[in-house]
Amino acid sequence: MDTIYAPATARGKSGVAIIRISGPAAFDAVRRLAGDVPEARRAAVRTLRFGTDVLDQALVLTFTEGSGFTGEQSAELHLHGSTAVTRAVLNALSELPGLRLAEPGEFTRRALENDRLDLAQVEGLADLIDAETEIQRKQALRVLSGSIGQRAEGWRAKLIRAAALLEATIDFADEDVPVDVAPEVLEILDVLLADCRAESAGARISERVRDGFEVAIVGPPNSGKSTLINALAGREAALTSEIAGTTRDIIEVRMELNGLAVTLLDTAGLRQTEDVIEQLGIGRAKDRSRNADMRVFLTDDSGVPDGLSPGAGDIVIRGKGDLVPDQPAVSGLTGDGVQDLVDRVAAELSRRVAGSGTLTRERHRLALVRAILALEVARHEVSRGAARTEIAAENIRSAIRALDSLLGRIGVDELLGEIFASFCIGK
Amino acid sequence: MKQYDVLVIGGGHAGCEAAHAAARQGADTVLITLSWAGIGVMSCNPAIGGLGKGHLVREIDALDGVMGRVADYAAIQYRLLNRRKGPAVQGPRAQADRRLYREAMQREIQARVGLSVVEGEVVDLLMKDGRVGGVVLADGTALHGRTVVLTAGTFLRGVIHIGNKSQPGGRMGDRPSVRLAERLAEMKLGMGRLKTGTPPRLDGRTIDWTKVSMQKGDNDPTVFSFLHSKVFAKQVSCGVTHTNVQTHDIVRSNLAFSAMYGGHIEGIGPRYCPSLEDKVIRFADKDSHQIFLEPEGLDDPTIYPNGISTSLPLAVQEAYVHTISGLADAVITQPGYAIEYDFIDPRALRITLEVRDVEGLYFAGQINGTTGYEEAAAQGLVAGLNAACRATGRDEAVFSRTSSYIGVMIDDLTSRGVSEPYRMFTSRAEFRLSLRADNADQRLTPFGLELGCVGEQRALAFGQKLAALDRSRTALEAVLLTPQAISGLGIHVSHDGIRRSAYSLLALPEADIRQIAALCPMFGAEDEVVQRQIATEALYAQYLDRQNEDAAAIRRDEAVTIPTDFSYSALGGLSSELRLKLERQRPRSLAQAAAIEGMTPAALTLLLAKLRQVARELAS
Repeated sequence: MDTIYAPATARGKSGVAIIRISGPAAFDAVRRLAGDVPEARRAAVRTLRFGTDVLDQALVLTFTEGSGFTGEQSAELHLHGSTAVTRAVLNALSELPGLRLAEPGEFTRRALENDRLDLAQVEGLADLIDAETEIQRKQALRVLSGSIGQRAEGWRAKLIRAAALLEATIDFADEDVPVDVAPEVLEILDVLLADCRAESAGARISERVRDGFEVAIVGPPNSGKSTLINALAGREAALTSEIAGTTRDIIEVRMELNGLAVTLLDTAGLRQTEDVIEQLGIGRAKDRSRNADMRVFLTDDSGVPDGLSPGAGDIVIRGKGDLVPDQPAVSGLTGDGVQDLVDRVAAELSRRVAGSGTLTRERHRLALVRAILALEVARHEVSRGAARTEIAAENIRSAIRALDSLLGRIGVDELLGEIFASFCIGK
Repeated sequence: MKQYDVLVIGGGHAGCEAAHAAARQGADTVLITLSWAGIGVMSCNPAIGGLGKGHLVREIDALDGVMGRVADYAAIQYRLLNRRKGPAVQGPRAQADRRLYREAMQREIQARVGLSVVEGEVVDLLMKDGRVGGVVLADGTALHGRTVVLTAGTFLRGVIHIGNKSQPGGRMGDRPSVRLAERLAEMKLGMGRLKTGTPPRLDGRTIDWTKVSMQKGDNDPTVFSFLHSKVFAKQVSCGVTHTNVQTHDIVRSNLAFSAMYGGHIEGIGPRYCPSLEDKVIRFADKDSHQIFLEPEGLDDPTIYPNGISTSLPLAVQEAYVHTISGLADAVITQPGYAIEYDFIDPRALRITLEVRDVEGLYFAGQINGTTGYEEAAAQGLVAGLNAACRATGRDEAVFSRTSSYIGVMIDDLTSRGVSEPYRMFTSRAEFRLSLRADNADQRLTPFGLELGCVGEQRALAFGQKLAALDRSRTALEAVLLTPQAISGLGIHVSHDGIRRSAYSLLALPEADIRQIAALCPMFGAEDEVVQRQIATEALYAQYLDRQNEDAAAIRRDEAVTIPTDFSYSALGGLSSELRLKLERQRPRSLAQAAAIEGMTPAALTLLLAKLRQVARELAS
């Protein structure tokens, strides 16, 4: 059984950030960082060190088997709430043997397996886990939506090709397949390794994630979207007028909401229109809104517009509240309900992120590191000759598994498909 | 009224293995076949084993099944495939003498206590209260049994095509089972249509053997059965020749007459076993394909030209065969043909191969959409064991994909179904480095002993091998060497001052078994099979730890079974898309649920929680 770790508190400015560790090597990990294992269930202050680096002064809590949240041997590290500190401690943990970053929902799963939770508790947590998973998927998509996305597609094709070449020589040894696939496989692995190494240096991924969260303001034309953005930004970021359809391109306003970096998107009002340029704007508004982390729907009397529907966690609220004083609404014009909306958006984001920003980036980085290690071994084994083919293939499989979260699953059917398309199998 | 435990329909590879396995389990068993003479007939190519397939044969043998032993009696050329690659992907294979195979199989069936054979055609199943109660033969005889294993092969609505001519038939010369097919259709099981092909058979006396190259078998044959250590029959060579541009021209200009390309066939054929027509069309840039000329028997002149299966008319077959080097005057003794047949969507089956909605009825072999003798036999074994277990009130025999190729196949079939005839490949096994032909006995014989299907002779031999392996490991771990001493042996290690065990040295590529044996006399004294296996374990040691962990996680999930009538509607917080998928695919375990596309950790956790709750309610 692996020992898993993950931040248990949300990202962003906070007094304390907690990292949870659970599994048979949890105490070993605490000993490595804190110097000793404090008495169970008693808070103790320790200086966390990794190698010669001092990471933080932290409160350390330990739980013996059967007493903590998961029921396993576990520990909590209460750190000072800075992203840099949290990242440093997560990095240190990732270096320890037998430890890995938890999968979404894995703590809950373990707690359940050890009979520490009942169904009601799980159902309550399930929403949270789903949101976390969904956020990660979206963030991965967003991270990958540019040139990296295309490159990931390229990696996928190359990995399938390399695996298929090796598998073909294994499973169809008696057939008309090339005997020596090593040159092509080595070439592919070299390209992959260079790409993955460049990526794990991390520049691009962190750059994107640093941009923070995107919140799209959507709704029918003239529902007060731009006025709201201006109120939030405190400046005339978006041009407003009484004429419906004024906003055609997407206007971005970067700001901080309760400690979280947020980019607000002001989008074209959604309506049927004959105006070609406005149509383009509406299409773009829909695409961008769908990819955003969350959406605030400003409605008028016609309700939610066609073509885009609110998902879980989105906010639907009546706009131009100054016109309907008796209803719960928001008004950019008077400022009524604006702070309330800001609080709701911030609360929703904090609830959902439960470490997702750092975690997503961290997950990608670890996935890349694992893939690179596996590819390096595969490269070495391929160069050692045919006698080690199955070991090389095993390492390529590991690399594929490591990159699952970026590339999607690659199954045996895809490998066989590539083999049958490339070689005339069947003697 | 005589009531049997297990009735097995069909005397092919699946049927023989099923009947023998059921009888080994102590079930009162009857094998029903069209004719005694048809038992153990190899209807396609005269060979057993290969990659993935050889693994299956070893696994069948580890459970005391018949295929491995029978194949050894009939083997006339052994070749261990992938000899130059690592042991995990080496597959034992042998050419088999058809007559010797058939005779050996018939002897096994005859000799088996608790198993009797009835000749007849099964035309109907006896049903009572939604479960099976026996079978009806064509002459009206009823046989009563607690369970029925159906191994109908390609007999269900089989149609044979040669050029534009077609005729109903299961395989050449046999009657198809139309009435039974109609009966099954009434059960509303999902059905589909597949096709497969065979090459024209040649008279070896009319082949010019000076114009083909010859391929000999291995000098040190690797036999199938763990109980055997020697070769039984005389060993011979196979010929190898090639198609050429002229051959391909003839095929290309006659495509319109091919049953497959002339639009007479709708079934889906396997991509890994294409007809000559397929090869010429799909790989147009290749102007030559290899053909193995495989002898069908020691005293049978028939040659099976492996690689040119076809459904062209006989005259075209003759024309293209004669263009091939060595075959200019070859006489075709039986034309090549394509066969189309019905198969049952195996997703209708449980992991015991019992039909989910018909208690007591099991399907095994080609009828489940697979191809190959070995795949059929392995399913026969699973169905036979489970039918016997059900009939005699014992627990099910469940095979995990973490511990056997049999488990991989059954899980693939029952959870994912088939889109083309299913054949085993080593790449299908995610735990390939652990699931080896050499350790099939260690993986499965203890399970067989627990079930009761393994006899005394094998139990004894297995116990001795296990003791020898333990002894060797302990002895090798006890021999510790300094880096200097190791370098002295010509093995490269870093000079870090750490002593290494003789066992760990076995994993290093420069190390030689004989060298290590010299360091550790106790290991040196062991049988060669034991020595090689220890070396194999050492070679993969670092991967096996990781695989064992992954396998343990899957086994944990496999152990959480989902009741067939489990209601997903009561599961709050599940997306409607996932709920739909779960309701449609009805996973048998948490492991199968986890393999469903789009499954999220949250949904799995929810599912697990609900299952726990249901189990607790049942317990209280």
